[in-house]
Amino acid sequence: MPVEFFSYGSLSFNVLAAVVKIVFMILGFLMPLASILTWLERRQSAMMQDRLGPNRANIGPFKAWGITHFLADALKFLFKEDYVPGKAHKFLFMWAPVMAMAPALIVSAIIPFGPSLCWGQLTSKIVDGVCEHPVPLQIARLDVGLLFYFAVSSLAVYGATLAGWASHNKWAMMGGLRASSQMMSYEVTMGMAILGSFLVYGTLEPGAIVAQQQHFFDWPDLRHSWGIFTQPIGFVLFLTAAIAETKRTPFDIPEGEPEIIGYFVEYSGLRFGMFFLGEFLEIVFSSAIMITLFFGGWHWGETIDGFLASHLPNWILAVVTFALWTVKVFAFCAFQLLIRWSLPRFRSDQLMRLGWQRLLPVSIGNVVVTALLVLWALS
Amino acid sequence: MAIGVKVVSRPGSLSQQMYLPAIAEGLGVTFRHFVKNFFGNVAGMRGKTDIATLQYPEEKKKYPARHRGLHRLMLRDDGQTRCVACMMCPTVCPAHCITIVAEEAPDGRIEKRPKIFEIDELRCVVCGLCVEACPCDAIRMDTLDHAKPTYRRVDAILDKEELLSRGIQSQATQGGVGALWREKVKGESQTPTGAPLVPAGPPPGPTPLGPEQPMAGVDPTRAA
Repeated sequence: MPVEFFSYGSLSFNVLAAVVKIVFMILGFLMPLASILTWLERRQSAMMQDRLGPNRANIGPFKAWGITHFLADALKFLFKEDYVPGKAHKFLFMWAPVMAMAPALIVSAIIPFGPSLCWGQLTSKIVDGVCEHPVPLQIARLDVGLLFYFAVSSLAVYGATLAGWASHNKWAMMGGLRASSQMMSYEVTMGMAILGSFLVYGTLEPGAIVAQQQHFFDWPDLRHSWGIFTQPIGFVLFLTAAIAETKRTPFDIPEGEPEIIGYFVEYSGLRFGMFFLGEFLEIVFSSAIMITLFFGGWHWGETIDGFLASHLPNWILAVVTFALWTVKVFAFCAFQLLIRWSLPRFRSDQLMRLGWQRLLPVSIGNVVVTALLVLWALS
Repeated sequence: MAIGVKVVSRPGSLSQQMYLPAIAEGLGVTFRHFVKNFFGNVAGMRGKTDIATLQYPEEKKKYPARHRGLHRLMLRDDGQTRCVACMMCPTVCPAHCITIVAEEAPDGRIEKRPKIFEIDELRCVVCGLCVEACPCDAIRMDTLDHAKPTYRRVDAILDKEELLSRGIQSQATQGGVGALWREKVKGESQTPTGAPLVPAGPPPGPTPLGPEQPMAGVDPTRAA
């Protein structure tokens, strides 16, 4: 019975594999990286501004440049008063942080984070790609992958808007309205920017898109090189829209912590912490999806990939590739922090003009040109 | 005249309107700072970074020499306080933080001395008027230190012994020029009126003060 229970392809095997991957992805990748980003943001911005930043927190002699500040912050959030305004809508006030954080966790199911594990051949080298029982390192291999991403990530706007509405505070309400208008505007550009990648790679499934980017740069058949070479304009557009979706400077009009008061002004303690962490989860996820679409996912070019595949047993290869992929994602997160601490905030009308009058026409033009080029290349 | 709307054209090349070149330039500036500070700090080369942060409890900045800080009482040549309990400083003090109770001095040449000399550092506004009012160079604020935080308010009231413990010997001539100062000034400066006590020095008017001029009597080892 146990043999059959865990045999490859059975329902129980698939469910178990999915649960293991979910737990690993959330506890082993998303949460730690997002938590460390809360510290890294302050430390990196300090370094950029000729300051030192938080470098004091330590566990006994373990200091590591103050990296344990994120633990201290979490502890502080836990012990702060959980204040709910008297006239707030209790139920929505309670659930809005969850609705803001959950989409970023859910959509990360479609991110491929490594090559397939070969069940039964874990300790041997897979040279020719012959893999009888592949277990993809991707939680959900959906054919509609990126559409799923758009469907779920657009739910995040409910978190912001409902938080503003349920707080029974007019400033929070205005912040929530600004959040909803901004996120809806930039979602259009975001979808248009990705459309070019669909056309080039001919699929919506992130795992398949990554599989096609196996070469770093492949001239003249660009369809197997990284997305940044096939869709450079699409990348800039998507990056801009993704930063606007995470509601961070230069698009932090919904929040505007110092002056214009955002939708979470009434939140405190762990509930505020959830908004805070949700924002960093969105950064991690948007970095991961940009790596997936434009920077080859877990591929590092055929030379490095081939070298690793021919020298390492399958399970070590998966671990090493995952670590290298994490490096890529981490670098992209740091790049987003760099942008956040370099640029000033847009005014609200400038934001709308940029979104609707500049980015949207450019993204539509990008789709048209890409479609013509693909048609010309295929014929 | 009707109020018109003046449309100001905003000239700008395409590269300016695209924002991207300027953004890339800005990112370059911040990234340069980050790399310099990051690698300088990791390798422990504090001199090669631009970091301006002072790690306060470990590193302390020296106060400038003219800093007004914690009070002290200066000493005579024999180690007694220079204060003669003339009540100038409690009179001029705008915060009424100085308490002096006088007593007769055993030394015959000095009429009075303070029995109690207390300064409430919580009330002190650090204006320095007491130092200016003092005719004997007995009270100074040049300890290059500030009032220490305390757990109890009463601990912020400094008594005579504590104020004297920071004191050093003044270099001002003890007892002034003396009772015969008119004759002395006449003999030296040859002025017919003999009014100015002040010997030859800088002309009246605003005196330029250098930022780092050391004050006479400041002990550099007492830096904070």
